[in-house]
Amino acid sequence: MYCDRCGQAATEGDHSACAAARELEPPRFCPDCRRRMKVQVVPTGWTATCVEHGVRHS
Amino acid sequence: MPEILDRARARVLADGAGLDEAGILEVLRLPDEDLPELLQLAHDVRMKWCGPEVEVEGIVSLKTGGCPEDCHFCSQSGLFTSPVRAVWLDIPSLVEAAKQTAATGATEFCIVAAVRGPDERLMAQMREGVKAIKEAVDIQVAASLGMLTQEQVDELVAMGVHRYNHNLETCRSYFANVVTTHSWEERWGTLKMVRDSGMEVCCGGILGLGESVEQRAEFAAQLAELDPHEVPLNFLNPRPGTPLGDRPVVEGKDALRAIAAFRLAMPRTILRYAGGREITLGDLGTRDGLLGGINAVIVGNYLTTLGRPATSDLELLQELKMPVKALSATL
Repeated sequence: MYCDRCGQAATEGDHSACAAARELEPPRFCPDCRRRMKVQVVPTGWTATCVEHGVRHS
Repeated sequence: MPEILDRARARVLADGAGLDEAGILEVLRLPDEDLPELLQLAHDVRMKWCGPEVEVEGIVSLKTGGCPEDCHFCSQSGLFTSPVRAVWLDIPSLVEAAKQTAATGATEFCIVAAVRGPDERLMAQMREGVKAIKEAVDIQVAASLGMLTQEQVDELVAMGVHRYNHNLETCRSYFANVVTTHSWEERWGTLKMVRDSGMEVCCGGILGLGESVEQRAEFAAQLAELDPHEVPLNFLNPRPGTPLGDRPVVEGKDALRAIAAFRLAMPRTILRYAGGREITLGDLGTRDGLLGGINAVIVGNYLTTLGRPATSDLELLQELKMPVKALSATL
């Protein structure tokens, strides 16, 4: 599993800053494979698409 | 009371004339203990020359990322190692975003693209998108598509785009520290074409890019010279992978001083809260700014980052007895 903000391994290092930042950011990396996702932000939400693992949304 | 506030009261509040650059700088240098008085004066100026209404807007990115320009604050530049990938919004999603924006009571919906300037593909998307929005939603459409040619300006007018955003971002003397792929003067040229076309001019920038207090005053004075209909005021939200990704955020009190100073420089403009306010000011500071010169907000999310829920801002406006500007008042 990977941090969906920085793309590094979720179990390595401190990701508390990432978690705090994620309150005002959509995810950028797929937590399953760390690929960069295509992210679309709209006024009331977001969708993030991984070519391998599909669509996530707010 | 500091002497500059006496002068501002006479010049700005009484006569509606903005402070000059030297006066703005004096305001930006006021000590913290004078901040409450400064904010009250800026609020009085806003109430006298703009009224209590607040203009509410939603924004959406039609084309995200992959931009060829190198604006050092921007996660959408293709020249940096930002994690933001290029993506286009389809027309049905664009119309849905406009509907969601209108449902908040917003009167403005701004379509934004991360480009140097529009190519034919983007103009075609705009033609289709603006038409579809106007058929489906009762809302004013604005656009922000970078630098324009005269033909593109004319075409946006023909589409019914009523306001065009093109930020100068920072003052002329600091611009080359922030952007190297185009000049401040090129941006000014687009703004002049927009102004001459009859579209409303929306032009602001970002505070916290590393500019000095003097340059902040210079920027406010240059905006006042442009006399835009609207000034969106952003505060740097340092983005990972950008050259400004490690800069500190603007101190809350400095942000509030700047809001008041920009209001005293431009007593009649729409001064809008834009990106970065959540991390710079938080909930309490957001309220202070609305009572210190701000009279417009972007509600909901931004282009690549998230904002407060629209309901939080709308509840705050209700608490402050600041009515949302109605669509009829903008036509």
